[in-house]
Amino acid sequence: MAETAVPAALPPVRPVAAPLSVREILPWAAFLAVVALVVLYFVGAEQGATSLVSGEAVHEWVHDARHLLGFPCH
Amino acid sequence: MKPASGGRPPAAPVPPPPPPSRPAPAGSALVRALLVRGMLAGLAAGVVALAVSYLLGEPRVEAAVAFEESHAHGHGEELFSRTLQSTGGLATGVLLFGTAVGGVAALAFCFALGRTGRLAPRATAALVSLAALAGLYLVPFLKYPANPPSVGDPDTIGTRTALYFLMMLLGVLLASAAAVLGRALVPRFGAWYASVAAAGALVLAVGLAYALLPGVDEVPADFPATLLWRFRLAALAVQAALWTAFGLLFGELAERVLRPGPAPAAARTPPPHPAASVR
Repeated sequence: MAETAVPAALPPVRPVAAPLSVREILPWAAFLAVVALVVLYFVGAEQGATSLVSGEAVHEWVHDARHLLGFPCH
Repeated sequence: MKPASGGRPPAAPVPPPPPPSRPAPAGSALVRALLVRGMLAGLAAGVVALAVSYLLGEPRVEAAVAFEESHAHGHGEELFSRTLQSTGGLATGVLLFGTAVGGVAALAFCFALGRTGRLAPRATAALVSLAALAGLYLVPFLKYPANPPSVGDPDTIGTRTALYFLMMLLGVLLASAAAVLGRALVPRFGAWYASVAAAGALVLAVGLAYALLPGVDEVPADFPATLLWRFRLAALAVQAALWTAFGLLFGELAERVLRPGPAPAAARTPPPHPAASVR
């Protein structure tokens, strides 16, 4: 509606933001990798395949989430 | 200019309008800002996924537990009641999962930002969410689908867990590799054919992994097939809801971080909660 005339050539691709370098992302990625692995381990595997905490409490507490998130449970 | 009228002296000039907003963060500060928003968006998406898992998933889990108990194959003593497991326990797991993967996806977004051609932050967030759903869930799910209680031999839990986590790792690595490959092919083939080629390579690599890794088939002979199907559909719906909600929400938050100036919504009064407003 607004632009009736289609431009003959598309404007050059200009990124909407400057790309972030790996150096800027890496410290945060390292930090998050640790946090995410611990969370995924306790939600997805603790007291199933391996057990750091004795008993069944962790497994039983996240039992339904483990099944519904797709992790093998028992 | 309006002439000064009345007794007011015209001396005080109109102060220049304040700058539209503080400048967008850059570098490491931008990564931090996006990571925090990714984890918050992941938590909020976890709430959506929790609703889906409670409404669609829990009835199937309940039916499967009933099947398990009718076959006198239960866990023995119960630590937590089924009510606690299906509410507090479910919420703990789903919300923690959402927050963690939200952070992971936010960092993937940081890598993708500025490397996706003309795509705006919101569209890039949608693309990253779709890739995360595919790599982190669909790739493992199609080989090792989610199983309800009473499906699966307890003696093989070690192997099955290792295979599942391996498949998650493979899904993320192969999807990332496909993204890098696609970007490398853009100058030669253009964005469309580069994307098609990268997606084809991804399908091929995943298919190869499927062919090489052992299968798992431990469904009891008399387990209802419809229940298994509905449980797996519900599990799929949980992840689809999680990643859809995350993509939309995080895209909105990222757009606000990256374009704090004259955003289209700035014409109206800024809402107190960025997440609460719909454009």
